[in-house]
Amino acid sequence: MDLAAVVVYEVLYTIAFLALISAGLAVVFGMMRVINLAHGEFVLLGGYAAIVSHNTLGIDIFVSMLVIAPLVVAAFGVVAERLIIRFLYGRLINTMLATWGLSLAMIGGFTLIFGPTTTSIKAPIGGFAVGDYSLSGYTIFIIASAIGVILLIFGVLKYTRAGLIARGAMQSADMASAFGYDTSKVYMVTFAAGSALTGLAGGVLAPLVGIGPTAGLLYIAKAFITVISGGASVVSGLIASSGFFGIVSQLVTFATNSVIGEIGLLVAAVILLRLLPTGISGRFFRNRL
Amino acid sequence: MTARQVLSSVVVAAILMFVLPVFFDVLNLTTFAAYALLALSLGFVWGYGGILCFGQTAFYGLGAYVYALTAINTGEAWSGFFLAILLPALFAAILGAMMFYGRLSDVYLAVVTLVVSLILFRFMNHTAGEQWVIGEARLGGFNGIPGFPTLHIPGDPEAYIYDENLYYFTFIVLVLCYLLTRWLLGSPFGRILVGLRENEQRIELLGYDVRARKTAAFAFGGGLAGLAGCLYANAAEIITPELFGLGLAAEIIIWVIVGGAGTLIGPMIGAAVLGYLKFVLGLRAVKEVFGRENPLEATLVFGTILILFILFLPRGMVPSIRDWLGRARLGRGGPRRSSRRRRTQAERARPNA
Repeated sequence: MDLAAVVVYEVLYTIAFLALISAGLAVVFGMMRVINLAHGEFVLLGGYAAIVSHNTLGIDIFVSMLVIAPLVVAAFGVVAERLIIRFLYGRLINTMLATWGLSLAMIGGFTLIFGPTTTSIKAPIGGFAVGDYSLSGYTIFIIASAIGVILLIFGVLKYTRAGLIARGAMQSADMASAFGYDTSKVYMVTFAAGSALTGLAGGVLAPLVGIGPTAGLLYIAKAFITVISGGASVVSGLIASSGFFGIVSQLVTFATNSVIGEIGLLVAAVILLRLLPTGISGRFFRNRL
Repeated sequence: MTARQVLSSVVVAAILMFVLPVFFDVLNLTTFAAYALLALSLGFVWGYGGILCFGQTAFYGLGAYVYALTAINTGEAWSGFFLAILLPALFAAILGAMMFYGRLSDVYLAVVTLVVSLILFRFMNHTAGEQWVIGEARLGGFNGIPGFPTLHIPGDPEAYIYDENLYYFTFIVLVLCYLLTRWLLGSPFGRILVGLRENEQRIELLGYDVRARKTAAFAFGGGLAGLAGCLYANAAEIITPELFGLGLAAEIIIWVIVGGAGTLIGPMIGAAVLGYLKFVLGLRAVKEVFGRENPLEATLVFGTILILFILFLPRGMVPSIRDWLGRARLGRGGPRRSSRRRRTQAERARPNA
């Protein structure tokens, strides 16, 4: 019974982890059809921002994670969008390649500034016990953050005027600009919002995972897979695919070990894309959010 | 391809082959020749087939591992040499069939190829334990496989081909592969391949089986990459899972972009030039100039190069230079037939227009 509870807990954590690291990419891909391959490094930037602001500047850890990290990454995202990505809209492959270049450059930059070592901060919430197993209480915070992020995306896109304008501009840029909205600005703000979500993920995850210059690989592969398999609908695709991959990878992990679990996730992604080439939401939740 | 073109390619290659060792270290040149072959494989698959493979390293690493494992188990090199071409080609054919018959394209293709090389990378890193053995060879996990028999004169496993001779051998294999690819592109198969890069639907409506052709092209590219892996293994004499890694996968793409997708010579030049640049950036002397905080960190430089090329020169060096030469000639004395034809080829060479 205790073991079952632990398994459920771990599965939920994996789903929340996938949803968190993919949310920013899902917004940017779902709304703008842009794949940001520097996404993993954006997560790391959020992590570094949280660590530096807490450890060096002494700012409260929750403020560092939930406010500073998203702001820093959003600001960086705006710069990247203005300098690189806005010239490449509509050229999906070129955006991927240019952001891959940005990813490499950022890895080099991190190594230069923070050195090649892994840094971390202590989790602000302690553990608790379920029967014979001890669990991390911080995980609950992660799960809550993931739910919060998804509700936030859904609420903003569905119920606010800004969300409406953003969806309109993505669906028909000409029409939106004919109504007097500056589409270039809409793109910029959307990219900044996606970056902020990514920074939030980096900040919140910083106490759990080591932040080192090359750790971005871990996130980009998983986020990329989750988003592409989810398909074009931002919220439903994100929930469906992070749920699916979370369950698959944790069950395989319990049956074998964590490396095989990760390989299981990747194999599941290849099979899923072969069966549903437009992603889960392209097949089941067409034209929903 | 006419006999004259073959002859001129061979003459230029022969001159290069004998002149380069005067200026550069032979071991480096051997490695760069293997890189050039790897770049050639992606240049063919991407630049002419329009298939953007993010995981060309899968076939490259597979070629290296197949070679090393076969060489250790058989004690000689040549069966491994040919298996290192055949098995990656077969693997590419299976993977390609899965993707192209499933009508995956663009970003989905990119994810699947990337993920496959990542799976191989993770798996090979995981095989450090005693239980991971193929025949007499241990897979060795992240330590890789050292000390396998290298290439030798056929029939005499003691007479190793090494140093300068290995360089000549690698270079000649590279030139042969280049000529083979050129020939393939000139054949009806190659013409249709370029056609489907331009407009897949039109080629399909003309009655050609697009999926089979793409799969065949992908398998050919996989075979070339496998051979490149085998040649690299012989030059380095050790192989590690890094051969499957994302870092190398990014580098191949950068070689092709910088050299110019849509040409064959461009990616090869890109590989050699950037391979040399990476070597120079890694030199102790260069590192010491800047101390510990080296702004010429290789990943930083390569990332910046990729961004700049995508933004300002997305067609790459070779097509742009050809264009420029063609225009210069045009200015001097009217268009010549050959330069005009080359120009239109270069114009079509945009990676994903």
